[in-house]
Amino acid sequence: MSRRARLWVLAVGGLGLAVLLFAASLELPGFGGDWHPYGVRAVEAALARHTSNVVAAVNFDQRAFDTLGEESILFCAALGTVVLLRQTSDEHRVRPEPARVAPPVRRYALVALPVTLLIGLYIVAHGQLSPGGGFQGGVVVATALHLLYIAVDYRALERIRPIGLYAMADAAGEAAYLLLGAAGLIAGTAYLANVLPYGTFNTLASGGTVPLLNAAVGVEVASGVVVLLASFLDQAVEIVDADDPDSSGRNSDQDNSGRPRAPDNSDQPPAPDTSGRTPTPHNPPEEKPT
Amino acid sequence: MRPVADVLIVLALALVAASSTAAVLARDPVRQSTVLALLGLSLALLFAVLQAPDVALSQLAVGSALTPLMLLLSVRKVRRKGKEGGSHRNAGNRTGSTDQEGRR
Repeated sequence: MSRRARLWVLAVGGLGLAVLLFAASLELPGFGGDWHPYGVRAVEAALARHTSNVVAAVNFDQRAFDTLGEESILFCAALGTVVLLRQTSDEHRVRPEPARVAPPVRRYALVALPVTLLIGLYIVAHGQLSPGGGFQGGVVVATALHLLYIAVDYRALERIRPIGLYAMADAAGEAAYLLLGAAGLIAGTAYLANVLPYGTFNTLASGGTVPLLNAAVGVEVASGVVVLLASFLDQAVEIVDADDPDSSGRNSDQDNSGRPRAPDNSDQPPAPDTSGRTPTPHNPPEEKPT
Repeated sequence: MRPVADVLIVLALALVAASSTAAVLARDPVRQSTVLALLGLSLALLFAVLQAPDVALSQLAVGSALTPLMLLLSVRKVRRKGKEGGSHRNAGNRTGSTDQEGRR
């Protein structure tokens, strides 16, 4: 197809979409009006099942199957990233050097880390009661862990981040959601049916299966995001081409996080890399601190 | 009460329009990721004034932290690869240069 024909196809498609969207918007309730046909029904159904956060009731009860799809999207994205960004045979790892962090940055990040972690866990746990839930809280938990990279360095982050464990938790979260859905089938109603007792309104255990599905999503998202970021960080910080003779030396110039390297570390021999290759010690004379 | 809410919504919408235009116009990926974080922030603000705190929270966590970070990491990797394979692999810019995302 020529460029001209393709542009025509694009124009026709775009125009059709615009017309359909406009026609659909004519039937919508007015913006900011007081007629909410869908909202009223959703709130009613949520209250009937003792779930005070109506959005959570929609996500994990009325439309729980949609959430299964969304959760699987993230799962597949993390899986695909791990496969695509794996260390290939023509690459090797360079262990990052310890980095020096400016004391105020370190203090701030070390204070912010536990607070952020707590907020993330709170958002996951209270998903069925207040705004938030497994997805939002999971992302906050995952980003909280990465504050350690800002506070200390990449080695410290790696110590608290065994990838295998997080990958397993990722799969476990996804599996838990599927199995909780199957529990609805076994109880004799339908897949992902809310079969547990609804509990007391506005308490942590209210909403039947909502808090459980919410927690499963929380585990899946938190570990999925950690695995996702780990693949990106490994590529950006540790993994270099093996056929580049200068790469290992070049890498020890910086601490691989972009921070200037501490001058007292420049005499330290590079740590052995994981591929078993011993990198040549690298001490460029122009770099020696005087 | 209503006019105040309307003003807030219009302001947030204008902010979103401005920052998304800026994100499109920024050609340098590093600068673009910063603008993208701003766009995420203004979108979160818009969702908050539209009384959708759940969506605002996800937008805040993903749009203003996660996406720019992944973009920056990708840019860093790509640029470093270009630098290693490039002609100036022995260039003298190695003394603890602090330019994170490799302004080359």
